[in-house]
Amino acid sequence: MSAATLPSPLLSARNITKRFGGRIACHNVNFDLWPGEVLGIVGESGSGKTTLLNCLAGRLTPDAGSVIYETASAGTVDIHRLSEARRRLLTRTEWGFVNQDAREGLRMGVSAGANIGERLMAVGARHYGEIRGSAADWLARVEIDADRLDDRPTTFSGGMRQRLQIARNLVSGPRLVFMDEPTGGLDVSVQARILDLLRGLVERLHLSAVLVTHDLGVARLLTHRLMVMQGGAVIEEGLTDQVLDDPQHAYTQMLVASILPV
Amino acid sequence: MYVAVKGGETAIAHSLDLIADRRRGDRDLAELSLEQIDQQLGLAVDRVMTEGSCYDRRLAALAIKQARGDLIEAIFLLRAYRTTLPRFGDSEPLDTARMVAERRISAAFKDVPGGQVLGPTYDYTHRLLDFSLAVAADRPAAPTAPADTAHGLPHVGDILAREGLLEPSPAASSERPADLTRQPLGFPADRPLRLQNLARGDEGFLLALGYSTQRGYGNNHPFVGEIRYGHVPVAFVPEELGFAIEIAEIDVTECDMVNQFAGSHDVPPQFTRGYGLAFGHAERKAIAMALVDRALRARELAEGADSPAQDEEFVLAHSDNVEASGFVQHLKLPHYVDFQSELVVVRALRAEVEARQQAAEEHAALAQAAE
Amino acid sequence: MPDINMTEGAYNYAYLDEQTKRMIRRAILKAVAVPGYQVPFGGREMPLPYGWGTGGIQVTAAIIGRDDTLKVIDQGADDTTNAVSIRRFFAHVADVATTTRTEEATIIQTRHRVPETPLKDGQILVFQVPIPEPLRMLEPRETETRTLHALSEYGVMQVSLYESIARHGRIAKSYSYPVQVNGRYIMSPSPIPKFDNPKLDRSPALQLYGAGREKRIYAVPPYTPVKSLDFDDHPFEIERWTECCAFCGSTESFLDEMIVDDAGKRLFVCSDTDYCEGRR
Repeated sequence: MSAATLPSPLLSARNITKRFGGRIACHNVNFDLWPGEVLGIVGESGSGKTTLLNCLAGRLTPDAGSVIYETASAGTVDIHRLSEARRRLLTRTEWGFVNQDAREGLRMGVSAGANIGERLMAVGARHYGEIRGSAADWLARVEIDADRLDDRPTTFSGGMRQRLQIARNLVSGPRLVFMDEPTGGLDVSVQARILDLLRGLVERLHLSAVLVTHDLGVARLLTHRLMVMQGGAVIEEGLTDQVLDDPQHAYTQMLVASILPV
Repeated sequence: MYVAVKGGETAIAHSLDLIADRRRGDRDLAELSLEQIDQQLGLAVDRVMTEGSCYDRRLAALAIKQARGDLIEAIFLLRAYRTTLPRFGDSEPLDTARMVAERRISAAFKDVPGGQVLGPTYDYTHRLLDFSLAVAADRPAAPTAPADTAHGLPHVGDILAREGLLEPSPAASSERPADLTRQPLGFPADRPLRLQNLARGDEGFLLALGYSTQRGYGNNHPFVGEIRYGHVPVAFVPEELGFAIEIAEIDVTECDMVNQFAGSHDVPPQFTRGYGLAFGHAERKAIAMALVDRALRARELAEGADSPAQDEEFVLAHSDNVEASGFVQHLKLPHYVDFQSELVVVRALRAEVEARQQAAEEHAALAQAAE
Repeated sequence: MPDINMTEGAYNYAYLDEQTKRMIRRAILKAVAVPGYQVPFGGREMPLPYGWGTGGIQVTAAIIGRDDTLKVIDQGADDTTNAVSIRRFFAHVADVATTTRTEEATIIQTRHRVPETPLKDGQILVFQVPIPEPLRMLEPRETETRTLHALSEYGVMQVSLYESIARHGRIAKSYSYPVQVNGRYIMSPSPIPKFDNPKLDRSPALQLYGAGREKRIYAVPPYTPVKSLDFDDHPFEIERWTECCAFCGSTESFLDEMIVDDAGKRLFVCSDTDYCEGRR
């Protein structure tokens, strides 16, 4: 009879610090992310939020601290101590990364179907019809017209490329998705639809996510918890609604106050 | 009735006879001597030695004669010959500070210790065709001045480096640099390997890349710190002796480039270096090489590296003109089997497309008729 | 008139010096030990240009001996100019017997074809390879392709095949058709037509692949599985002709198409000249 095990965090950041030359990009960041949680990191440009995200996602190596991840079936791992092979495999299967610029997260030279099917093919899918079927299925889920399956992302609008990037990431059923300003640079109405889509997918698929944004409206809509960064440090954190409705730190108050009422 | 064509062997033999005949040309004209090529086409000889990676004026002249003036072909000949030569070891690094310089200039300073020595250069010629060269005639010898600038010219770079304004020359390493003529090129490549690749690299390619940096594709604000041309001794330590002896004197052209660098939080700003070296008198090559050398240091100096000249794999993989010439020209070899395969595919695809279009038309016609 | 300019110093047997041969043989051993893996080697400048078969020549020069019988073919024929040139080179520098008969050869150096006559245990097939990296056209960077091979990350290759089907309705690759060797490395079989790919699978012969300009050697030991990449519902298929060879009547071999008059009349003839002659 096994002892009751406490649930453990999906992702833990311990004292993450990253410098570029003499400049401190982020300093001593700590948090735990639980399964099904969406954590938002907000701040202005230069606050260090993107650097932090890249350290968490294994794209940058922090100068100090560690990122601990609970894998699906292989226990807990320290992301930056993994071999490159295992880290790359992780990013292709259990994780997703949605870039602000969809072009960085897509193969622009191949069709939408190929883009979505790649993760499946990378882990051994060998039936063209089935791969195509899965890709078509996901195209529908991200609300792109089915007849665009064979079109290349170069012919897609910015919003469509972003949806495609989302589909490409989610097709492998990841447990954790990192998002860097997923709606940045898109028209307001397009943004709204994509946010809606993301919220639906996150709920339905029980995804955990770390979301970086400078837009407090995006944070309000998508995140459960929020960390506010300024000058590389986390100056406030808590439940999203609490932080946004009752900001304690002067900087947070300033951020909240400067949202233009629409 | 079609008969398969044979006779490749005979055709090749005749082809070789033909090129030998064309090379000789009009038998009423005097045949070129190697000495004439070495002396009167000396800059071609310099280039062939540099890119052929072999300092031997006579061999280079022979290669040029055999290649009938095609310098890339001559470089190939010299390199192929070089491969067969036995090796005794490596020389000591050339000490260009000991150069007896015929020419030495600096663009960074108006005057330098040892002076600006113009020497032989085309730089200030007016590019007007000189028809007096069309006929053989007596040519006057140039007057010479006492060679008081010839000895112990300190490098301008060393003077700057002593003040801390210029990064120091990389420290001499006891490790033998990898030899590109013996080992395959691997990436990432360290600076000694990159310089070796560039020294052997095609002058035209490096010229274009260097030029591109000046036009904004990865500009690094170059100044010619120094160019010097003259002869240097080659020192070698034979095993039996255990000390260095001078085994030869060779002509080289050296270029020290001085480039801008923004300091970091911990490192006060310093100029950085680019380096170029060529056999014989080859300033264009040495300068271009220095520009590309500096561009390829972008990663090491934490600069953005997104221009072609800064792309290590792109530059180093395509700088070898013997490799490039071989692969580009190999397209002349028979490819009819590969092409046949493609024909089969294209015909099949066309048939499928036409069949689909046909079916669509019939369908449309039927639909119309039904109305 | 000698076209190979022998100066006063005689060349070593088969042109390469013994150190170089040793270096190449070590590379070959590594290649055989890891089927399909591209082993870097210190390729030398040869008297033939890069692109003309220097890789194949170096491999052959490293393994050939006085008891060997050498056959050299290009596009399947013994008498295309470059095959002639290479055969003469070896006859000269290796003093070795040469043949046009596939059955009699111990070493067959080939450009762009596999002989139609099935090979036997003890024969060596040396391929001339222009681009050894099967992923090169998908990923130009060597640093990245080496990583992809090391990590068995071949998604990008399968994506390119998917894309071909999406665009053309079939995998439209006709030569240099990628294969997986021994269930592990993806390899380029050199620009042989896909028609020849099945001959590589569990061949009794030793296959050696030499890329001189790119400086890579790879190998497939005898009886090794070599599988052409495909999809379960779009299986690999070879080319077929409706015509037969105009000389020997074969319906089984790869046929060259020849335009024989101004009106565009076509004739189909076996590409493998030795195979064709043997049937007439």
